Amino acid sequence: MTADKAPSRRTLRQVFAAPLALALVTVAGLLAALAGDGAWDALSWIALGIPLATLVVFVSLSGRSSPSGQGNH
Amino acid sequence: MTQASLRRWLWVHKWASLVCTSFLLVICITGLPLVFRDEIGDWLDDSLPYASAPDGTANVSLDRLAATARQMYPGEIIGSIFVDDDEPKVMVAMAPSWVAYNADRKSAHWIKFDANTGKVLKQSKSFSGDGRSFLDVMLSLHRDLFVGLPGELFMGLMALLFVAAIVSGVVVYAPFMRRLDFGTVRRDRSPRRTWLDLHNLLGIVTVAWTLVVGITGVINELSTPLFALWQMTDVKAMLAPLGDKPVPAESELSSPQAAYDTARAALPGMVATSVVFPGSPFGSPYHYLIWTKGQQPLTSRLFSPVLVDARTGALVSVVSMPWYLRTLEVSRPLHFGDYGGLPLKIIWALLDLVTIAVLGSGLYLWLRREVGFGTGRVHAHAPQTNSAAT
Repeated sequence: MTADKAPSRRTLRQVFAAPLALALVTVAGLLAALAGDGAWDALSWIALGIPLATLVVFVSLSGRSSPSGQGNH
Repeated sequence: MTQASLRRWLWVHKWASLVCTSFLLVICITGLPLVFRDEIGDWLDDSLPYASAPDGTANVSLDRLAATARQMYPGEIIGSIFVDDDEPKVMVAMAPSWVAYNADRKSAHWIKFDANTGKVLKQSKSFSGDGRSFLDVMLSLHRDLFVGLPGELFMGLMALLFVAAIVSGVVVYAPFMRRLDFGTVRRDRSPRRTWLDLHNLLGIVTVAWTLVVGITGVINELSTPLFALWQMTDVKAMLAPLGDKPVPAESELSSPQAAYDTARAALPGMVATSVVFPGSPFGSPYHYLIWTKGQQPLTSRLFSPVLVDARTGALVSVVSMPWYLRTLEVSRPLHFGDYGGLPLKIIWALLDLVTIAVLGSGLYLWLRREVGFGTGRVHAHAPQTNSAAT
């Protein structure tokens, strides 16, 4: 990693916490529908809906933010 | 990460993406209707409707359907009989002869029967005379660009580059996000910066799905060589002790229905889906090959072939599939998204649309690139210093 030590820098763990959680939910969803029918399928739809819902939330949130934006640089 | 290694990863991300993007766009766009291939196929189907029959009605004997097919096309051979476990239909595939079929696969044609009544519901013309259906065109564009095996290997290579683009994209995601909260989309300065944030967000949120579909796509493109490998090794070894007997003539064939029943009796709990006749390039010269599968979502994708002596009707063996074909079988549903009902297909289509947005935004970012991207003047916070977009 670079030696840059600006105070607002995030650690790798912080950067990848949310993506890793979403990846695990996605894989669980992909496997759930293979495991069985009925409730397993429903579980899979919910799990795979989470990354899609995440996108909807963050893209629409950013559209409503002020022109100064969320960039903190 | 050092500047040098970041530069290398950016180089990989740029070039892997640039090479595969246009093909991946074709794959993603044609994949959209292919997700719904069953629904579209049913909708476009102009077959006669099934006769209504109460649940549990026994299927008409395959022997009778085979006899009807031979009466309709005297002198032709039956290649295989497919028994659907979903709808009451039986498809009989025919060809003028094995020689004609091996010379030109398009000489084959099929007859669709009602499984409960034995009535003919639809007939194809020969494949060459029938023209390509909409879904055939989509599948060819998706899989092999109309050129068969070389196209499959090429598209498999493009899928492999896509996987490399995803992995390198995850690596370069970290330095871009050091100073930003997850999910940040800055809309205040340049459109390029907004699209960069969107590219990162859409890409990282769907990364597990794109990796799975990308890797299983590569495996699916290898199905032709994998089956050829199996034929040259296991299948050849299995048939070797039988010597060079000729393919049985039609008059020597035992009953296909009896062979089907023998396979089902050998594997109780499995569903038998098709009977491949002796002489087929997809079967054995001396046996009926009956494909069976399980009944659970996963096991219904795992097929076990059963060999039945085509002359005597005796059970010969239940063939165990090698690991690489099992891998191929498991990778099919994970690529097609057809294993969790219509809602899963809709999710698949939405994730496919997100992938198109990631590809499109990536292309835009490259067209609007700043001088320095991947060429040596990259800073960990490059996206913020972005007023000079060209």
